Amino acid sequence: MYTLLGEELNLQITSHFHSSQQKLRSTIVITSRGCRSSKPSSPIFRVDCESVFDLLKLSTVDYQSLGISYHAMSCHVIMKKFLSRKQSEENGVFADMVSSQNESSLLSSEGDSQRTQYPYVTGTSVIGIKYKDGILMAADMGGSYGSTIRYKSVERLKQVGKHSLIGASGEISDFQEILRYLDELILHDNMWDDGNSLGPKEVHNYLTRVMYNRRNKFDPLWNSLVLGGVKNGQKYLGSVSMIGVHFEDDHVATGFGNHLARPILREEWREDLTFEEGVKLLEKCMRNLLYRDRSAVNKLQIAKITEEGLTISEPYSLKTYWNFAAFKNPTVGAEGSW
Amino acid sequence: MDRDATADVNAPHSMGTTIVGVTYNGGVILGADSRTSTGLYVANRASDKITQLTDNVYICRSGSAADSQIVSDYVRYFLHQHTIQLGQPATVKVAANLVRLLAYNNKNMLQTGIIVGGWDKYEGGKIYGIPLGGTILEQPFAIGGSGSSYLYGFFDQAWKDGMTKEEAEQLVVKAVSLAIARDGASGGVVRTVTINSEGVTRNFYPGDQLPLWHDEVEAHNSLLDILNASNPEPMST
Repeated sequence: MYTLLGEELNLQITSHFHSSQQKLRSTIVITSRGCRSSKPSSPIFRVDCESVFDLLKLSTVDYQSLGISYHAMSCHVIMKKFLSRKQSEENGVFADMVSSQNESSLLSSEGDSQRTQYPYVTGTSVIGIKYKDGILMAADMGGSYGSTIRYKSVERLKQVGKHSLIGASGEISDFQEILRYLDELILHDNMWDDGNSLGPKEVHNYLTRVMYNRRNKFDPLWNSLVLGGVKNGQKYLGSVSMIGVHFEDDHVATGFGNHLARPILREEWREDLTFEEGVKLLEKCMRNLLYRDRSAVNKLQIAKITEEGLTISEPYSLKTYWNFAAFKNPTVGAEGSW
Repeated sequence: MDRDATADVNAPHSMGTTIVGVTYNGGVILGADSRTSTGLYVANRASDKITQLTDNVYICRSGSAADSQIVSDYVRYFLHQHTIQLGQPATVKVAANLVRLLAYNNKNMLQTGIIVGGWDKYEGGKIYGIPLGGTILEQPFAIGGSGSSYLYGFFDQAWKDGMTKEEAEQLVVKAVSLAIARDGASGGVVRTVTINSEGVTRNFYPGDQLPLWHDEVEAHNSLLDILNASNPEPMST
């Protein structure tokens, strides 16, 4: 009777041998163990050793001459791979993220084990603020493809359930996928039919877990998200980045908004902003972004969420101001400069 | 694919092709050039980049020829099964979303931009653009491929909602022809496919019958024809 401890999975592999000169046949019983004892507790898997070697694709090596420890070690390696796949299937919702890509091996490939993608079609800043009655959020409708402004009607603000609003910047295809996950989340929440519904804080936490776990697998969803809402009178506003960094604050922004909008908001935001004041404040930030962010487009939506409900405005454009003396003659006194 | 961390994420990959899809009042028109290039060599000067998925849904393929072909083969296979199960023609939205699934879930390996266009009895004519990355966007018109860079301004100016079939066809041919004029990776003939409630019509506009643009000159069989046409002693100083 030989035992080997599998450190990573905290397993005890016990192998029983039926000795035979020609062929090593044995049954490997993988058990779970809570303490360091050589007594195996209830077995989880029973795998015939021959099939393990099939997995290993070992050639006609004289196992006996190599010794038992080699045999056990190699089984350990295979079991490690086999079980880690099993465990991820049992991890519930995150397995859905992983295995949704494996749902049909035709629809996707298990090719890369080391993905970090590159963004292709991207949205720029999203800004969110708390105001007297709830949350206000603004985002433009641009989808950039590198330096080209390729799409000008991309809706980057969307409703989530009864109480929340999500805004996204970054890769649009990943945002579309996140919306599908949220759809499923809300659907399952509704199916409980218990009169309860997920609030913004819960949705924000869900998104944080999703983003962080994907980052840990080197396969991020390339987005920065703003999540806001009101439930039972409580206003909530948070953000999550593609690496899982998350904040909760009175005003949040993604991308360029962090550099251009947040400073304005730090000066001018107040707890008791009215709807009109809030919209004006957001428009001041968005206009600034329009002047200074290369990927901004002049078509935006502003969304409002309160205890009563959610409204996303129709797309509209902002006036911009160019009529300054200094703009008309910028190089007076310094010809050739700009 | 060989991409390291210093790759300029702002530079979109150019794809040898010009593809266009527009909606009009009654259906859609898909258009494409016919050049397939491997590096600087034109491997096929008469390729057909507008591929059928079902009786009522076609796609324009751009980017890697292999990737776009395999994607269209899979989607055709899935749509065929879906049609049998559904008992009626598949909708354009379903076709587009199947393309999206493949494009999104294999985004690290595929390099193909696709325009899905078709007609179904529920939504009428619809165009869906699926660029690199697997984003899906329903649009009144879509452009793709390396030649499309030269068409953003053109469509900004020339596109109108609610065109007739003839207007839309002329727009598509003009657009692809303009792109061919400037994009080295586009050329050959202009193919169009019109899809509406009545069915599908293919059209073919050979390269020598396309309009001439700036700095392009009329084609002749030989210099000799020019010389003979003008005057008897042409090449005297």
